[in-house]
Amino acid sequence: MQRGFLSKLNSSVLQPGETQLRVENVQLHFGGVAALMDVSLEVRQSEILAIIGPNGAGKTSLLNCISGLYHPQHGRIVYYNGEEHELTRLKPHQIARLGIARSFQNIELFRHMTVLDNLLAGAHVHMKSNLLSCLLYWGPAQREHIEYRRFAEDIIDLLEIEAIRYSTVGALSYGLQKRVEMGRALAMRPSILLLDEPMAGMNAEEKEDMARFILDVNEEHGVTIVLIEHDMGVVMDISDRIVVLNFGQKIAEGTPEEIRQNPLVIEAYLGEEAHAFPFKFNPKSEVSD
Amino acid sequence: MDSGIFHTTYEKDMALRRTPAQKIRLVVFILFLLVFPFFANRYYLTLANQVAIAVIGAIGLNILTGYTGQISLGQGGFMAVGAYTAGILTARMGMPWWGSTIVACFVTAAVGAVFGIPSLRLKGLYLAIATLAAQEIILWVVTHWRALTGGVDALVVPNPVTLGIQINNDFNFYWVVWGIVGLVTIAAVNLFRTPYGRAFIAISDQDIAASVMGVDLFKYKLLAFAISSFLAGLAGALTAHYRNIVTWERFTIDVSVLYLAMIIIGGLGSITGSYMGAAFMTLLPAVLTNLGRAVKGFYPAIDSILPFIQQATFGLVIILFLVLEPEGLNKIWKNIKDYFRLWPFSY
Amino acid sequence: MDLFIQLTLTGLTNGAILALAALGFVLIFKASDVINFAQGEFLLIGAYVTFAMIAQFGLAWPLGMLLTLLIAVALGVIVERLVLRPMIGEPIISVIMVTIGLSSLLRAIVSSIWGNQPKAFPPFIPSNPVNVLGATVGEDRLWAIVIAIVMLGIFSVFFRRSREGIAMRAVADDQQAALSMGISVKKIFAWAWSIAAASAAVGGALVANIVGVGPELAGFGLRVFPVVILGGLDSIPGAVIGGVVIGLLEAYTGGYIGQGLNQVLPFIVLIVILMIRPYGLFGQEIIERV
Ligand SMILES: Nc1ncnc2c1ncn2[C@@H]1O[C@H](COP(=O)(O)OP(=O)(O)OP(=O)(O)O)[C@@H](O)[C@H]1O
Ligand SMILES: [Mg+2]
Repeated sequence: MQRGFLSKLNSSVLQPGETQLRVENVQLHFGGVAALMDVSLEVRQSEILAIIGPNGAGKTSLLNCISGLYHPQHGRIVYYNGEEHELTRLKPHQIARLGIARSFQNIELFRHMTVLDNLLAGAHVHMKSNLLSCLLYWGPAQREHIEYRRFAEDIIDLLEIEAIRYSTVGALSYGLQKRVEMGRALAMRPSILLLDEPMAGMNAEEKEDMARFILDVNEEHGVTIVLIEHDMGVVMDISDRIVVLNFGQKIAEGTPEEIRQNPLVIEAYLGEEAHAFPFKFNPKSEVSD
Repeated sequence: MDSGIFHTTYEKDMALRRTPAQKIRLVVFILFLLVFPFFANRYYLTLANQVAIAVIGAIGLNILTGYTGQISLGQGGFMAVGAYTAGILTARMGMPWWGSTIVACFVTAAVGAVFGIPSLRLKGLYLAIATLAAQEIILWVVTHWRALTGGVDALVVPNPVTLGIQINNDFNFYWVVWGIVGLVTIAAVNLFRTPYGRAFIAISDQDIAASVMGVDLFKYKLLAFAISSFLAGLAGALTAHYRNIVTWERFTIDVSVLYLAMIIIGGLGSITGSYMGAAFMTLLPAVLTNLGRAVKGFYPAIDSILPFIQQATFGLVIILFLVLEPEGLNKIWKNIKDYFRLWPFSY
Repeated sequence: MDLFIQLTLTGLTNGAILALAALGFVLIFKASDVINFAQGEFLLIGAYVTFAMIAQFGLAWPLGMLLTLLIAVALGVIVERLVLRPMIGEPIISVIMVTIGLSSLLRAIVSSIWGNQPKAFPPFIPSNPVNVLGATVGEDRLWAIVIAIVMLGIFSVFFRRSREGIAMRAVADDQQAALSMGISVKKIFAWAWSIAAASAAVGGALVANIVGVGPELAGFGLRVFPVVILGGLDSIPGAVIGGVVIGLLEAYTGGYIGQGLNQVLPFIVLIVILMIRPYGLFGQEIIERV
């Protein structure tokens, strides 16, 4: 059964290139540890923005601030979708409702559910049936259910995971789980997709597939992507712009070409490990855990 | 895994995915329930009714603890709220039994939601301890608010009568309570194929991911407490009307523990498991009593130690299940089915 | 004023016994993250075994006490080996439930040996009324406080000085690190369980001396929860201070307000503490990572 992708993924109302998310002077401490120091950056509609930096640079912390899991002690994070929303004042589920979806560095899938149920859970924000009609599985609840079942099938097609629809997620391989986690985030029809090391621990072929999916989602649906990734080859290939963090500070920002030649960046990486940037500076991307 | 069967349309696919064997088992089970009361004597009817009430309570607790992952030691307290609300409304205000039962469900749901508030900050064993405190507080209120509940004295509830039919004789009550069990089961099954139930499971699997997917943890945890307590209240109210009497001893921490044992031994996060655990834990003491009666002829002292044997068995069964088959009866049942599905090629 | 002193002494006695029960509870939690719902049964067994040694076998009390302690230690080891060890790595709910099952089993064993009727205890500690600051209290209560303090002192010296004690603290801090230092975590779990059983047994013997033995002594198991939540589940000083605070609170509300409020107030305190400071007064705060 071959079908074109019918559903709309991106729910943003902005034009490509418009500012969608602005991080302003964010500071985050854990006790004495400064995870983020005065970080500012901007995410534009329909771009692929990569955030790179050595281990412990604060990349994940930044995503956690954006999705409302961490609360910065200073600074603001503002999201634009026609209106202005100060994310730093919202709870994670409210931020999700604005159309910001994400995946996690250490796969946080719903392990006891099937792949399909994970995708449907991803579409949670769009399901509106009330409790009573769900308990009775009556008219609207049933219709909505079937509609989203079809939508989930679109995502299954897109990510080429037809064979594992009904498998329980906990039993899948690492690479497939990463893929399903991206699917779950897509089921939210996000305007921005935050991906925390989506290719870590994958072999070359799997990485290539994943890069293709990310490009598909970005190019065909215009979904903005914020990508944390250690594999420089991939980062240089697919991102429009790159932000570099080191010890919680933003040390550079620019196109892949600019970043490649930035002396500060080279120094940061050489300081960590005596390998020439931009290749293989992080052994972590080679090993699966 | 049942990957052999293909579902062609989404409508069919979304209908509960059942194999023919599952359908046959379901029909046989329902037929059994339908003919059972015509052959059973009063003793077995009473047991069947007790099992039914336990099934309702166990499904309720399983929704909260098994599916949503919020460990509760407050089941007994919540059942007390249901039983006393129903009892008081019927005994003091003359409300019909079904009316007071419905009100009791909602009152208990509200009380459950209030005691669910700590679940927003607490997880795992901290929440278990908070619900333990809830249990103790509720029971204290029940035994000390004499003006309302009669304190430690029994509250007598008039016979439930509808259209001239007395509901609480064992035969009539059988139909009422198993009818309710049927409705509760259908609702629970529906719950877990729609967004609410999925959100519950998501919370228990990965609450942080759930919140990032847009699940309002506060709302859904309270809702899980409310739905679960609604059913606990229902079980409590039915107990009150069935026995014509409400006493606090029926709702102590031991009852909370008993229900927790039911869902663990039956199978966490499983409706079938709730049935099996409820039946097992309700029938176990009865079986022991009968065994005791059987050996009484040559060992007359059995009467005095039977309660201890029951208690010891209770503890031992829990320990043995957890050590040997932590996933409970439901898992054992699955293994048996798998064995026979492949039979005769199973070796 | 007399009443106040009397209540204070009653509270301190109860607090001391609660502290002994709580100490074992905290120890087990620190070492192995297990919540022991059978702590009250350990206390119950301590009381009944002491009773048997002194009243039934007619032993001198120091010998009887010593044998009780040995039996408690053996019980701790057996329970850890047979019941808790298979549960390592299982979800919290299973671990909670297995100790609940254990409590039921232990209570049944005690009842089937000694019956369900409360029994008078031949006091091995004199209970003559003595005058303290104008209030009259039983001498046994004062002794109970003294003995509890001595026991708690011995335990804390054990943790500070002995090899096993230091190893236990290492395991509590970081199991992985302790393992890599060659400490046998399993042995430490067994130690934790035996000390928990022993300290509860002492508590049991002390209560029994004051009020007699009966199955309701197991009720201390539930009363421990407010104590450990107040003090912090993983804090040994917290267990002691929590015990004293809850003991006094119960005594004062019982004496001044009555109405059975003393039974429920600790649980209200428990919920309040959980809401504002879940890790207790002295416990360690844990932050979750994503
Ligand atoms: N919940 C937390 N509690 C305490 N410290 C934290 C927490 N989360 C992050 N940190 C600290 O903040 C710093 C930044 O961590 P973060 O996880 O953001 O780094 P990262 O750039 O994602 O690194 P990696 O490439 O290893 O994933 C680290 O020093 C880390 O130890
Ligand atoms: Mg990271």
